[in-house]
Amino acid sequence: MTRYIVVRLLDAIPTVLLVLTLVFIAMRILPGDPAVAALGDFATPEQREAFREKMGLNAPLWQQYLTFVVNSLTLDFGASMMNGRDVLGLIAYNLPYTIELTIASVLLGVLIGVPFGVWAATNPNRAPDSAMRGFSLIGYAVPDFYLGALLLIVFSLNLGWFPINGGGEGFLDRMHHVFLPALTLAFIKAAFLGRLTRTALLEVLGRDYIRTARAKGAREPRVIYRHGLRNALLPLTTGLGLTTLTALSGSVAIELVFNRPGLGKLLISAIAERDYAVIQGGIVVFALFVVAINLAMDLAYVLVDPRIRVS
Amino acid sequence: MTASIDPALQPLAAQPSAFATLRRVIFDRPATIFALVVVILFILVAALAPLIAPYDPLAQSILDVNKPPSAAHPIGTDQFGRDILSRLVFGSRNSLIFGFVSPVLAAIIGTFLGVIAGYFGGLVDRIISRVIDLLLAFPELLLAILIAAVLGGGFWNVVAVLTVAFTPGFARVARASTLAVKQEPYIEAAVAVGLRTPMIILRHVVPNIAAPIVVLTTLWIASAIRLEASLSFLGIGTQPPNPSWGNIIRDGLNNLFGSPWPIIGAGALITLVVLAFNLLGDAVRDALDPEASR
Repeated sequence: MTRYIVVRLLDAIPTVLLVLTLVFIAMRILPGDPAVAALGDFATPEQREAFREKMGLNAPLWQQYLTFVVNSLTLDFGASMMNGRDVLGLIAYNLPYTIELTIASVLLGVLIGVPFGVWAATNPNRAPDSAMRGFSLIGYAVPDFYLGALLLIVFSLNLGWFPINGGGEGFLDRMHHVFLPALTLAFIKAAFLGRLTRTALLEVLGRDYIRTARAKGAREPRVIYRHGLRNALLPLTTGLGLTTLTALSGSVAIELVFNRPGLGKLLISAIAERDYAVIQGGIVVFALFVVAINLAMDLAYVLVDPRIRVS
Repeated sequence: MTASIDPALQPLAAQPSAFATLRRVIFDRPATIFALVVVILFILVAALAPLIAPYDPLAQSILDVNKPPSAAHPIGTDQFGRDILSRLVFGSRNSLIFGFVSPVLAAIIGTFLGVIAGYFGGLVDRIISRVIDLLLAFPELLLAILIAAVLGGGFWNVVAVLTVAFTPGFARVARASTLAVKQEPYIEAAVAVGLRTPMIILRHVVPNIAAPIVVLTTLWIASAIRLEASLSFLGIGTQPPNPSWGNIIRDGLNNLFGSPWPIIGAGALITLVVLAFNLLGDAVRDALDPEASR
């Protein structure tokens, strides 16, 4: 088991380097002259030259690459070009809101999706199963930002139950602010997790040991949860990792809909203002998060699948 | 969904053609017929937009700002007095173009990369596979957002962004299928008779991995439409004033107190069209690639 964990951790190192290399290629080479991309077509040559000097774009490419990798790994992203604030400070301020939203939506998604999936799997081809199918069809089709806007119109604007914007102050207020955005993402995650639970559980429930459990007189809830769901945990763990990743990417649009602070909001405003330093920092942090979530998913297998622990 | 039939029980002679299977899959399920009708309507509306739209989608009118639905404006007007219905009708063109162009481009590039990696193996395979695995670790939407952050909006940039976001998936499927096909005796035979490698790939590998690629392409039309809407909503896709279903919702959100109708209308259309393409994609998958369906 230790070997598995060490291998996975070591494997993350080249992954992070590859991610940073791709980001570097994308930021420095693809858009042509970053000075034009950042300052727009109407900047004077002097302004562009000053920008290049400031961002270290006049150095040889390999030197730029090394600086970029070292700065990224030490989380040194420089200062915002709009307001001069430290990019790391901006990220540190916004990050908790995004993490809060991601975790809340995954939790809500599991709470809604898994029981729904169990209900569908234990009633195959009957009403609950059809309800699950309809729910997942809608969940796969409805864009999260549209659902968010509808919930905002109904529950914040018309009924006034939830705040219209902001992230909130203090624990309870923050929970109040995060509920509707998290519910939006959770609805879509629940469609995916519910369907996954149904498929995984249906397959397990057909196995011999389930028949054995029933034959020896185990009660149905015990059969389902103790013998069934436990053995369906492996695909669910993969599903949970994917859910966390898509919740992270979904948070970008949701933060915009609910006008919440967050990493996505920061990145999108930086794009609108062509704030090169913030864009670069935001992309790197998002990318590192994806690597971290994937790593966490790999490590979670150790907890779920005893076979890995033994080998 | 249905229990798979033991292949040994199936009569050998009754292997229906792919086309016949497709026809059966479509017309056996009411949901697929519904999806087909929606998709055909969607394509017709997009193609005939100038004939269908009652107004110019860009024409502003100060007198008609934020009107609720009425006989003159069936879905009302926005904060600039533009007719929502006309904007939605023209917006469908965007969704149609992006929905088809990006998956097809990604299928071509991804298949190329996947076949090269799978057929030749070695260092090329290791490099391509590593990058594919890495990109696949990112959800398509996040990948698209991060690339769009660098490139910015605009038509060709959005095409590029969506294509890059979809290519890794195709490459992985193409690579896996190529590895399987490469073991087949007919490839060995082709090598033995001295056929040149590019010919082997074009004539014997690509046609035999086509089914999963076609299935993936249809399944991703829906994703492409949704992704383009998301990017336009975020302001890094189709740029205003050109209407796209995503940026109509974006405009609507800035005018939330004026009128909710642009949001409701555009979002309902995205949902409906994505739902239809999802159902159709499922049907195509069941017809061409029965093993992949569950």
